[in-house]
Amino acid sequence: MNQNLYRKRILINRIGISLSMLAMALGLFVLLWILSVLFINGFKALDFNMFFHSTPAPGTEGGGLANAIVGSLMLVGFATLVSTPIGILAGIYLAEYGDTSKTAEITRFMTDIMLSAPSIVLGLFVYAILVAQVKHFSGWAGTIALSLIAIPVVLRTTENMLRLVPGSLREAAFALGAPRWKVATMVTLRAAKAGVVTGVLLALARISGETAPLLFTALNNQFFSLDMNGPMSNLPVVIFQFALSPYDNWVRLAWGGALLITLTVLVLNILARVFFREKISS
Amino acid sequence: MSDSPQPALKTAIQIRNLNFYYGKFQGLRNINLDIVEHKVTAFIGPSGCGKSTLLRTLNRMYSLYPGQRAEGEINFYGQNILDSSQDLNLLRARIGMVFQKPTPFPMSIYDNIAFGVRLYENLGKGAMDERVEWALTKTALWNEAKDKLNQSGLALSGGQQQRLCIARSVAVKPSVILLDEPTSALDPISTAKIEELVHELKSEYTVAIVTHNMQQAARVSDFTSYMYLGEMVEYGETSRLFIKPQKQATEDYITGRFG
Repeated sequence: MNQNLYRKRILINRIGISLSMLAMALGLFVLLWILSVLFINGFKALDFNMFFHSTPAPGTEGGGLANAIVGSLMLVGFATLVSTPIGILAGIYLAEYGDTSKTAEITRFMTDIMLSAPSIVLGLFVYAILVAQVKHFSGWAGTIALSLIAIPVVLRTTENMLRLVPGSLREAAFALGAPRWKVATMVTLRAAKAGVVTGVLLALARISGETAPLLFTALNNQFFSLDMNGPMSNLPVVIFQFALSPYDNWVRLAWGGALLITLTVLVLNILARVFFREKISS
Repeated sequence: MSDSPQPALKTAIQIRNLNFYYGKFQGLRNINLDIVEHKVTAFIGPSGCGKSTLLRTLNRMYSLYPGQRAEGEINFYGQNILDSSQDLNLLRARIGMVFQKPTPFPMSIYDNIAFGVRLYENLGKGAMDERVEWALTKTALWNEAKDKLNQSGLALSGGQQQRLCIARSVAVKPSVILLDEPTSALDPISTAKIEELVHELKSEYTVAIVTHNMQQAARVSDFTSYMYLGEMVEYGETSRLFIKPQKQATEDYITGRFG
């Protein structure tokens, strides 16, 4: 055995491990830094009033985020209701029907573009075709903009998860004389259920923090409102406006809102992981 | 084809001049064969000889994949199933298939059986319960599964899963059952149970089985077909083919000198 060669390999191995550990430490450090700043400022800002009062007028004391929290829940909720069926059905089409057809290829290509499209462009698009036409901002416009972001995420995850279902299961269902739509909905979609739910949760996490597409669609609303036809308050835009304001209580609320969004996304991500793990173990 | 079945036997599936193509590659060459009603026909031969391909033409499974096509005639009680007008779902309800690996659907044991039945029959709760019990009894799974009908089919052992898959096919009451190496993923005890099952099935169904295992073909089948490189080398009664093969190639294969 060539001792020199062996030692050299050990040395290279050590250097490799050190470099990758360094990269990990750097990434982790930044993440922890962000989280610690957020948590320190956020928890300082957090109080019960935040959930029961609406955003304060300039110069007034106190106030909360009730209107923004409810607004965000409604926008994200409706966007999920719109994008989940569309995304899942289109995913089924791509995986079970389209396969290598031209339409499927084009859909797949478009979806990939949509996935990486800057969200502000999608917001601008909705502004141009909807807000500018009806001449007022609305919760529905915000919902559409968020849906445009969520649909490709749900679609691609659904397709990928369906493709993981072994072909033998599909064949077994066809072998009983089942028509394609039954095979797709009763067998393969069921087998891929955990993965599809994961995709929906990840899409939800993605859109719950989006600010750019809401800036000129849902805009913001200083008052509590459940009217989806009018401007709608929402956490990301409130954070954007309040964090840059000169008022202390506004800045405080911005931190509180940022903490709420982060915690929501964190919970959604954990849920997604739990769901996906269940799939693997079954 | 020298000793075709006696005239008293009825043909379920008549294959004439069948050629099969995977794109440009020809998987089957000029196959002629009669599959006899209520008998077990076994297909043996080395890997890649086309035996599974032949089985998959019988329920048009290949039609799921673009680029695969068959030419010739497969007459199922007189009707050419290769016709483009053939309704594939109806065909597959009449010619069932069980695969190499057990493939329970991600649903309860009960629903695994009921799934196929519901496609073509509108049974009430009672009748469906009876059908499920009947199919599970037929596949000797009732005693093991009756207390966990609502559990996932994935909770069963491999051998039980495979019997569930056979039960699922049987429950639809097809006319023919195709078995594609049904025991190759199973242990010897499960294999023995399935072989016993094949024996019982033939009283009501026509069975075609692909197997890698020559002893299995000898044990379960009435007719055997030896295939090589996409061609049918020899076909005849199992008892005769294994004892007195007419072709040297067949003899080489079954005596283990080749394959």
